[in-house]
Amino acid sequence: MTQNPLERVERRGPQMLWPRRSPRESEENGRGAWIAVISTVVVFGLLIALALNSQYWPAVQRQFFNWGHFKTSFPLVLDGFWLDVKMFIVAEILILVIGLAVAMARSLRGPAYTPLRLLMIGYIDLARGLPLLLLILLMGFGIPSLRLPGVPNSALFWGVAALVFSYSAYTAEVYRAGIDSVPESQRMSARSIGLTQGQALWHVIVPQAVRNVIPALLNGFVSLQKDVALVFVLGVREGLREADIYNARTFNYTSYIAAAVLFLLVSIPVARFTDWYSDRQRKRMQAMST
Amino acid sequence: MKVRWRLLSVLMILALVAVACGDDDATTSSTGPAAASCELADLDLVSPGQLTVATGEPAFPPWVGTPTGDNFDEPESGVGFESAVVYAVAEEMGFSADQVVWVRVGFDEAIGVGPKNFDFNLQQYTITAERDEVVDFSDPYYSNAQALVAFADNPIANATTFADLADARFGVQVGTTSLDYIENVIQPSTTVSVYDSTVDAKSALEADQIDGLVVDVATAYYITAVEIPGSVVVATFGAPADAPDEFGMLFEEGNPLRDCVNVALSALRADGTLTSLEEQWLVDAGGAIIISE
Repeated sequence: MTQNPLERVERRGPQMLWPRRSPRESEENGRGAWIAVISTVVVFGLLIALALNSQYWPAVQRQFFNWGHFKTSFPLVLDGFWLDVKMFIVAEILILVIGLAVAMARSLRGPAYTPLRLLMIGYIDLARGLPLLLLILLMGFGIPSLRLPGVPNSALFWGVAALVFSYSAYTAEVYRAGIDSVPESQRMSARSIGLTQGQALWHVIVPQAVRNVIPALLNGFVSLQKDVALVFVLGVREGLREADIYNARTFNYTSYIAAAVLFLLVSIPVARFTDWYSDRQRKRMQAMST
Repeated sequence: MKVRWRLLSVLMILALVAVACGDDDATTSSTGPAAASCELADLDLVSPGQLTVATGEPAFPPWVGTPTGDNFDEPESGVGFESAVVYAVAEEMGFSADQVVWVRVGFDEAIGVGPKNFDFNLQQYTITAERDEVVDFSDPYYSNAQALVAFADNPIANATTFADLADARFGVQVGTTSLDYIENVIQPSTTVSVYDSTVDAKSALEADQIDGLVVDVATAYYITAVEIPGSVVVATFGAPADAPDEFGMLFEEGNPLRDCVNVALSALRADGTLTSLEEQWLVDAGGAIIISE
């Protein structure tokens, strides 16, 4: 039995991952920090000074950063923003499932699966080739206009459907990259112990594939979390639309700042988590290869 | 560490001082006193010697162009109510027709901060106190009413009271006063859907996502006559007396030209020109019932 590679690193000490600094290096790091602080202050200070000194700054402040308007518009925007959150959760779950199914269907080998593979390639090309906004408009207004019996006509339903349609294709490609990154020997050994092609994919390939692409999937989370707002073109009263209504009513843009704050509150933690996770993943990989 | 923070705070203070000092000369010089004279030569114009007027892109009939399609989206033609009003105002102020230059500015763009590339902008802006804090409006050039458009076979096509409309699904265009009207006066049980344009709202009507569309009365007659076969103007709504729905020309905040345009507008109102232009370009709302209770 071989040792767990992580344990091995642990025993050798952390210098494998974080080399101990020599005195000379720490001195250089100290100077680096100084330069970082000074250049940061100078650059941001100049940018802020430039903005605040503009002749129109008082007007911009009144129109974009108005505390009174912020307080009035925030509850309205927040109300709509809950709908964004709900749309995001429902869409993301469907996307993760459908994307994986599409990627697996596309990864099946053998001539018998050719029609299925072609269908999946066609779907991915179509869904990724069309602007998301166009898909939302086409599906949201187009399909209900046909008035097909039994088909829902809700704008919310078709808006989320368009998001799922588009994002599942991207996500399928992320999964596929993961599936391709698993060494061929894994598939062959799985087949050699008697697993069918589907079993080999599901039990051996996919678990490794998914672990490899989690940072990329999380990146898709961040992207979707903002794109759900696009459903507003169908008349859905989500956060961005509420901000838009407030702006049109008052000619003041602070409501957009309120919406921006809400979107950032959700997306920044996810982005930081993605960074943290990728970092951990990378260190594990490094540890395994030492 | 300590030294570094001290330096940081010194630099920050320096930056703040620089900002504070620079702020002094940033006065808003654009809000000068009203122009004493409305003589052509004394006017403070965006481009000297011409009247630069903005409208939407595209500009819709019956405001620009006629419902029959004549000169659609051609404000230079003088065809359509708003286009005709601009040429009448220009003439009253002493401009010749070819001194009127049109530019296209989106609804949102026009209300932004900063200098404008037009002398005034008209695209059915309803005058409200909130908007007036950000821009300036001329006196009203048109008194608007809201109207309800629906397909003739929809149950709400027979509505005669607000109670008949309580459960209807409404759609409006963002930036119109129609939304406030529905939410404050009709108070329907379903959330009102809000669209970027009347085009999208019409798509939703055709997709049966909404029962009725509330728009300006003149737009309503255009939609039913030309754009959506099978639709009717169900009713017009009486505007509340304390909140009239009136269109004004939009000026950059503090633009003294506004006073001169107002002088021209009141002359056109006094001699009946505005009324006759309305009769010429805007379909009479006589057919539909008025719902006010």
